[in-house]
Amino acid sequence: MIETVLIFLTRLLTGAVARGREFSFEPYEQRIYYANHTSHMDTLLIWTLIPRSQRTDVHPAAAKDYWWTSPVRRYFAEKVFHAIPVARQREHPDDDPLRDLEAALAGGGSLIFFPEGTRGAGGGVQPFKSGLYHLAASRPGVTLVPVYIDNLNRVLPKGEFLPVPILCTVLFGKGFAFNPSETKSEFTARAQANLEALAPK
Amino acid sequence: MRLLHDSQFLVFTALLLGVLILASAVGHVLEGRATTDKGREVVANLNARIRAWWGMVAVFVVAVVVGPIGSIILFALTSFLALREYFALSPTLRGDHSVLVWLVFVILPVNYLLVATKWYGLFSIFIPVYGFIGLQARAALSGATEDFLNRTARIQWGMMVTVYFVSYVPALLMLQIPGYSGNGQNFKLMLFLITVAQASDVLQYIVGKLFGRRPIAPLVSPNKTIEGFVGGVTLASLLGAALYWITPFAFWQAGIISLAVCLMGFAGGLIMSATKRDRGVKDFGALLPGHGGMMDRIDGLCFAAPVFFHLVRYFFD
Repeated sequence: MIETVLIFLTRLLTGAVARGREFSFEPYEQRIYYANHTSHMDTLLIWTLIPRSQRTDVHPAAAKDYWWTSPVRRYFAEKVFHAIPVARQREHPDDDPLRDLEAALAGGGSLIFFPEGTRGAGGGVQPFKSGLYHLAASRPGVTLVPVYIDNLNRVLPKGEFLPVPILCTVLFGKGFAFNPSETKSEFTARAQANLEALAPK
Repeated sequence: MRLLHDSQFLVFTALLLGVLILASAVGHVLEGRATTDKGREVVANLNARIRAWWGMVAVFVVAVVVGPIGSIILFALTSFLALREYFALSPTLRGDHSVLVWLVFVILPVNYLLVATKWYGLFSIFIPVYGFIGLQARAALSGATEDFLNRTARIQWGMMVTVYFVSYVPALLMLQIPGYSGNGQNFKLMLFLITVAQASDVLQYIVGKLFGRRPIAPLVSPNKTIEGFVGGVTLASLLGAALYWITPFAFWQAGIISLAVCLMGFAGGLIMSATKRDRGVKDFGALLPGHGGMMDRIDGLCFAAPVFFHLVRYFFD
């Protein structure tokens, strides 16, 4: 019920459908969808585009310091989105913020991940942090899928509470594999280039 | 539900169904005849359009049968969908967000509320006066001065086209025409306006495809031809005249008013084509397969609606 309402409202505001000629959701395989981060609604939008049969297997990475601070947000994060908490600040120097995400991958799940770490202003993709590399390296068999979200920062910009209706485009790029012989910076540059290549001119 | 006992409405709906069935049949025959790739593409697009027409007609008939509130909600939703397409194309800045919030959550609902309560005096000036000043003031308050006049003008024009003009269709329900409105027949003015405006579009398309040679505005819309324009507008005006029996107009009056609707609709189509060309896109969206977005389907209608409303109000109210 909540799912249906969320999907309806998101469609009504953004009109978004999954686009991308070189990508297909079927057949299901383990994937890391990584996207540019421009709005609080990014996770919601990608989540609504994942086919229903795959939705429970796809786990968005969500900021622990935002989603796990109120009972309502926590309910949505855990019960609706099947999200996985990521601590942006380490409580102990030895903590691995990606531990739970790696565990989800090890359990056969897929992830939605925002490698820029924080929301940009919408003026282009920010430099990736190293999280995507560590995730991909932990499970080299998982397919990486770049997802470019266009216009959503205008629907709900950073710091705003009410969204406005504006058509958005979500482009899914061709999936690619992690290459163990690549260095961290080579991998990150390639992943970032694959995402930026999807941006409409 | 009273509409189901209105014989004019039933005859009109039956005719409309007949036209749709005929169109689907023709589309089916053409599908087997197309031999070239280009031809198959045109026929596939035509059939997608016809299928979308079935959906649009069904939604509209249901809304009308529900009653005035059904039509008002339908057009409020139409405004909403048109607005999200318009602002996807029209560049706005971060500082415009609060202005758009006011437009969507205050001005749009209030405008349709005024239609629902039949408060004509305030409806007619609410957006042109209060909306224009209010949005500009909100934009100034947000403090973003970069490109100020251009930005606010774009938003104001979007409000005008997608909200104000569109709402003139259900606004027809508030006209008081002696011997007509008393029996709650105004919804047939909506049927008349929409039928003539859309028939004008469709007939210009068909005549243009069959006989079009000379482009009428090659730099704006290469598909619009003089032959299509003259033929489509003439046929749609005659169709409007022939539909005089669902209106309070005489045969010749229905013809002249239909001509005005067709000409305004043509102007609207041209204006929106110029807008799309400026932004480098072919369609406003992909909501209606074959047609494009909502704005692509209603561009003519939303420019014809206010003129139709005021002609009828001036001469018949």
